[in-house]
Amino acid sequence: MSATGQVSRFGWEHFHHDADIGVRGWGRSIAEAFEQAAMGLTRIVTFSPIAADTQVDVECHQSDLELLFVDWLDAVICEMATRKMLFGCFAVGTDGRTLKGALSGEPIDVARHAPACEPKGATLTALKVTRDGDGIWCAQCVIDV
Amino acid sequence: MDPASFTRIGPVIWRIEPTGAMRVPVIIFADEELIRGMDERVGEQARNVATLPGIVSASFAMPDAHWGYGFPIGGVAAFDPEEGGVVSAGGVGFDISCGVRTMLASLSVKDILPVQEALADSLFRQIPVGIGSRGKITLDDAGMDAMLLGGARWAAEQGWGEERDLERIEEGGCMDCARPDFVSDRAKDRQRREMGTLGSGNHYLEVQAVAQIFDEKAAAAYGLRPDGVVVTIHCGSRGLGHQIGSEFLKEMASTASQAGIILPDRELACAPIKSELGERYLGAMRAGINCALANREILGHFSRRVFAEYFPGESLELLFDVSHNTCKLETHEVDGKRRELFVHRKGATRSLGAGNPSLPRVFHAVGQPVLIGGSMGTSSYVLAGEPTSEEAFSSACHGAGRAMSRHAALKQWSGRQIVDELAARGILVRSPSSRGVAEEAPGAYKDVEAVVLAAEQAGLARRVARMRPLICIKG
Repeated sequence: MSATGQVSRFGWEHFHHDADIGVRGWGRSIAEAFEQAAMGLTRIVTFSPIAADTQVDVECHQSDLELLFVDWLDAVICEMATRKMLFGCFAVGTDGRTLKGALSGEPIDVARHAPACEPKGATLTALKVTRDGDGIWCAQCVIDV
Repeated sequence: MDPASFTRIGPVIWRIEPTGAMRVPVIIFADEELIRGMDERVGEQARNVATLPGIVSASFAMPDAHWGYGFPIGGVAAFDPEEGGVVSAGGVGFDISCGVRTMLASLSVKDILPVQEALADSLFRQIPVGIGSRGKITLDDAGMDAMLLGGARWAAEQGWGEERDLERIEEGGCMDCARPDFVSDRAKDRQRREMGTLGSGNHYLEVQAVAQIFDEKAAAAYGLRPDGVVVTIHCGSRGLGHQIGSEFLKEMASTASQAGIILPDRELACAPIKSELGERYLGAMRAGINCALANREILGHFSRRVFAEYFPGESLELLFDVSHNTCKLETHEVDGKRRELFVHRKGATRSLGAGNPSLPRVFHAVGQPVLIGGSMGTSSYVLAGEPTSEEAFSSACHGAGRAMSRHAALKQWSGRQIVDELAARGILVRSPSSRGVAEEAPGAYKDVEAVVLAAEQAGLARRVARMRPLICIKG
């Protein structure tokens, strides 16, 4: 069982928090880091495969990039909760203040997905959106579960 | 944390003097071992809370404190609106009014054992639990607003609860000054089909046996007797509370500097109580409290229906229902002066001592029941609030607190292993998620007995009874 999804220069991982779970995504662009972090968010719930049967579109607006990241994860959490769905494929477009995202997934199947804990919301704890010297973007925060 | 970094002012009371931007000291209630087990960030977060405008007396941390977001979990802080005091969405938490209710069965353990398996299965079938579960109730717009205004009183009026429960619920089951119009459509949509659902993570429904009585007078007043049976439910305001918390956290973070608030860390996002945003959050948060009170009342109703199938006439009388993620306007005496303060309790339980005028009449003589959740395999406790808890704005601990992250727990245990080990000890676990059970392994939590003992030694609340689990329904 893995708590990372690293492939070359993009991927996701969970990081330590006492009561909750940190998610970190990284990639060659802000959009890719955000997409990978959303994948890490889904992996808080299930490690099972998720079919990309249905697409849901979301839009976020915030005053800065870090809050936009939190808003993006909150949008995914809200769609999961309201539609009772899990999403396993994400496409993000962003200018740093506005984000348009496409989430692809399927209704939760309790027997097949065996969902663990429920994400309640993205927090501002350990919140960072940064770029390293190699140009790789990293986006992370703690998710309240 | 290193105990040497604090001033010890009693066997279980530690202090950090104000330095830098801190306006008040930090007071931590814990024994030395609990202090050593706390993450360094508990102290850091408690110190950060001490810098917030309008904070009164001290920034407190309870014996079960652990690293939270903004405020530590187990944090208590009171703010004076007349001194620029603030309200913080992170200081309440995403699961607004998450709390515990305990209901008393007229049964003994020997009555449960012959039907323990069947009862566990029935509760698991009848109580919507875990991600993807759907409630049996769908609210339209008018029903949603009525619920957000009425709380448990609304649930009882709808037939999903009992009028007689209300005096045994904080605020009489209905939080005043709730403003459903300050709750977003998105939050309401998220809740529309979640009434009467338990949730997941550390939320649970347990059938418990009264294993030990510490205070016979209080136990008698509470209706607890040796070998008796209780049903305890731990959950909160579900998706509605989570959405309110998420939305206001971001709004407070992006506007704090405009309000002249200098935050040592952005996660302390807050707004002046006397501001449009502060008042809007308080109205929405109070609606969230009503959602949690209604939700636990409905879950109690479902539990009663299941018990009545096995034990006709069993009414599961409510002992008490108390929240541990709130911000409430309360009157407290500070330096001999009575003041109206907004008290944040994030993972902390109100703990009113005997004679407190805010107590429900039935608890005047012994103090308010303080309900402390354990984990699936460890004890839970009923404590009684002590008048001396007024030192910490009448607050006490709320649970064991995690000792290990979910990730670490998952590496150490499997869900099957936990279920089998607990079954061998006579504890039946029912959950839709094996991984969820592993993440919630009893070994991932601190020693709840050390926590309640520290609370007792600190004069926050005294032990009345210890319960051990018989059945655990887990999300």
